[in-house]
Amino acid sequence: MAKLIIDPETCSGCETCIPSCPFGALSMKEGIAVVDEKCTYCGACVDVCPVSAITLEKDEKAVTIDTSAYKNVWVFIEHERGKVSNVSFELLGQGRNLANDLGCQLCGMLFGDKVDDFAKEAVAYGAEKVYVIESPVLKEYRTDPYACAAVNLIRKYKPEIVLFGATTQGRDFAGCVATTIEAGLTADCTGLDIDMEKKQLRQTRPAFGGNIMATILDYPNYRPQMSTVRPKVFPMPARDGSKKGEIIREPLPMTEEQVRTKVLEFVKGAEAVNLVDAEIIVSGGRGIGNGENFKVIRELAGLLGAAVGASRAAVDSGWISYEHQVGQTGRTVRPRIYIACGISGSIQHQAGMKTSDIIVAINKDPEAPIFKIATYGIVGDLFTVVPMLRDELKKRLGR
Amino acid sequence: MSKSGSPIIKDDKEENVKIVVCIKQVPDTTDVKINPETNTLIREGVASISNPFDEFALEEALLTKEKHGGEVHVISMGPPQAIEVLKNALAVGADKVYLVSDRAFAGADTLATAYTLAKTIEWIGGVDLVICGKQAIDGDTAQVGPGIATRLGIPQLTYVSKVKEINVEKKKIVVERLLEDGREVMESTLPALMTVVKDINEPRLPSLLGIKKAAKAQIPTVTAKDICVDENRIGLKGSPTWVWKIFSPEARGGGEILKGELTEVVPTLVNKLMDMKFIK
Repeated sequence: MAKLIIDPETCSGCETCIPSCPFGALSMKEGIAVVDEKCTYCGACVDVCPVSAITLEKDEKAVTIDTSAYKNVWVFIEHERGKVSNVSFELLGQGRNLANDLGCQLCGMLFGDKVDDFAKEAVAYGAEKVYVIESPVLKEYRTDPYACAAVNLIRKYKPEIVLFGATTQGRDFAGCVATTIEAGLTADCTGLDIDMEKKQLRQTRPAFGGNIMATILDYPNYRPQMSTVRPKVFPMPARDGSKKGEIIREPLPMTEEQVRTKVLEFVKGAEAVNLVDAEIIVSGGRGIGNGENFKVIRELAGLLGAAVGASRAAVDSGWISYEHQVGQTGRTVRPRIYIACGISGSIQHQAGMKTSDIIVAINKDPEAPIFKIATYGIVGDLFTVVPMLRDELKKRLGR
Repeated sequence: MSKSGSPIIKDDKEENVKIVVCIKQVPDTTDVKINPETNTLIREGVASISNPFDEFALEEALLTKEKHGGEVHVISMGPPQAIEVLKNALAVGADKVYLVSDRAFAGADTLATAYTLAKTIEWIGGVDLVICGKQAIDGDTAQVGPGIATRLGIPQLTYVSKVKEINVEKKKIVVERLLEDGREVMESTLPALMTVVKDINEPRLPSLLGIKKAAKAQIPTVTAKDICVDENRIGLKGSPTWVWKIFSPEARGGGEILKGELTEVVPTLVNKLMDMKFIK
């Protein structure tokens, strides 16, 4: 078992380590630091101790697999309702950088029924090889047949890295695949790069509601290294339709009778633009006052081709439905422009939108926390400002 | 403690629904702040709470029990103080609660955590439905639910916003899942695991009687030995991933307040936005 050891002789009692612990496991006892059972051996305190009194003793992990047998960077090509998700292309773009750093190939992993066109798209966005499994059983995403397909491919071809979009599909899927092959999986990454010395994948992600960032590594006796990656973090690479790639086909070792779930129906959301794909989001909060007033938000959103968002306060008041909620208990979004109207900007709301490129805040209260993170703020009544903004944009856009 | 149940597949004659809910105790991340001078977390006075998504999971279990009959078992893996969330669960009406706690579990990542919880659920035995929150607000991984389902070898239904039908006799469940662009109606066999989103219900508050009862309750602890785990699959040793570095996110610049009359400020803002070329 691992141990965190604080040498009482060396500890100077400076208390630097106490706040460094993300889990509150350190405290002072008779002038020296002590650790309790909340410790998860993350090692955050080891680095901050100015007198090096803290050491982390980890169990030696014997390398039991042949790491060199694992090669290439794979990207899961996700598609839904006849369209490849943009995040898959974004991952091919970043996957290219990782493959170049490792000196290996970039490959796609694609499942479905008649998906030749998608395989060509994956090649156009940079995949040198695409592993394809086609079957009517794979027509729409379901965990059982997709995981069966992926596990068989990964066991046979041994990729070094497998990347998935951190979408509802990607997170459902990757969690099952990683568990089955007992590989490491890091969720919702916002940064990926290669430690050039150790040729390892460094996976950076937000934690604690975006209050801290953590870089996660996989032990060398677990491969492949797998991550789900937040959409819109990496830029879309250029498409080159003239690129040539190899298509490798494999059969699906599963029949419809073996699948335990059935999709009975899909009901498309009422909104034209969904929050996750949106380039622009206009959001309303407590300041909106009632459900009917959301039309102010909808008008501006409609003009901009934007999605409509909401704070938890607006959703909990019953003014707008839950699928619009942005924040910790709603969705995490990353549009180019996020326009927050009548939203004070609680930590929970910020956790869901803080990484938007441009944040515009419109609020009556000059002290609202949203102004601290807003790129541009206007202090004023949203019912005056938003219609003015709409009219000014209308004029400029000639609509 | 001694084993209380049978293997996961139960007797066909039972019609009641046996449900296990997994709850995580998390720091209230609203209170977690960074000290700008030292770039470290300020944790003083940060309360520990039940993961909000898990409260929807527990409520759904209680609603299911009220409709179909059955039992609600709640498990929480963590250090001893996690009994607080289990007491809350008892106060709102959970039938049995277990603290899954052992120093050998410490340092577990999502793979080792899912393994440990799955072994606990097998140990409880005869379970029809496992319910988890969609994700925990401290780690935000959404990986443990699918991990438990995979370890148990049962189907996973993630992001559930509505349970439309449960039929224990026919071993069938129909749910609605909240996806990015709409809602998917999915049918699955039972036993199954589902993870739930906030939309699914409104968690009840504990009654005074419930709080009193819970305060007196002795919470049993389940250890590594009880659930017969493979020690290479638990805790830090069973975790493929480790935290190499923790740091503060880049502070967001900005904070520019556009000052002046609205008739000037609004066109200024529009100029700035149009310059970005994202507005088409």
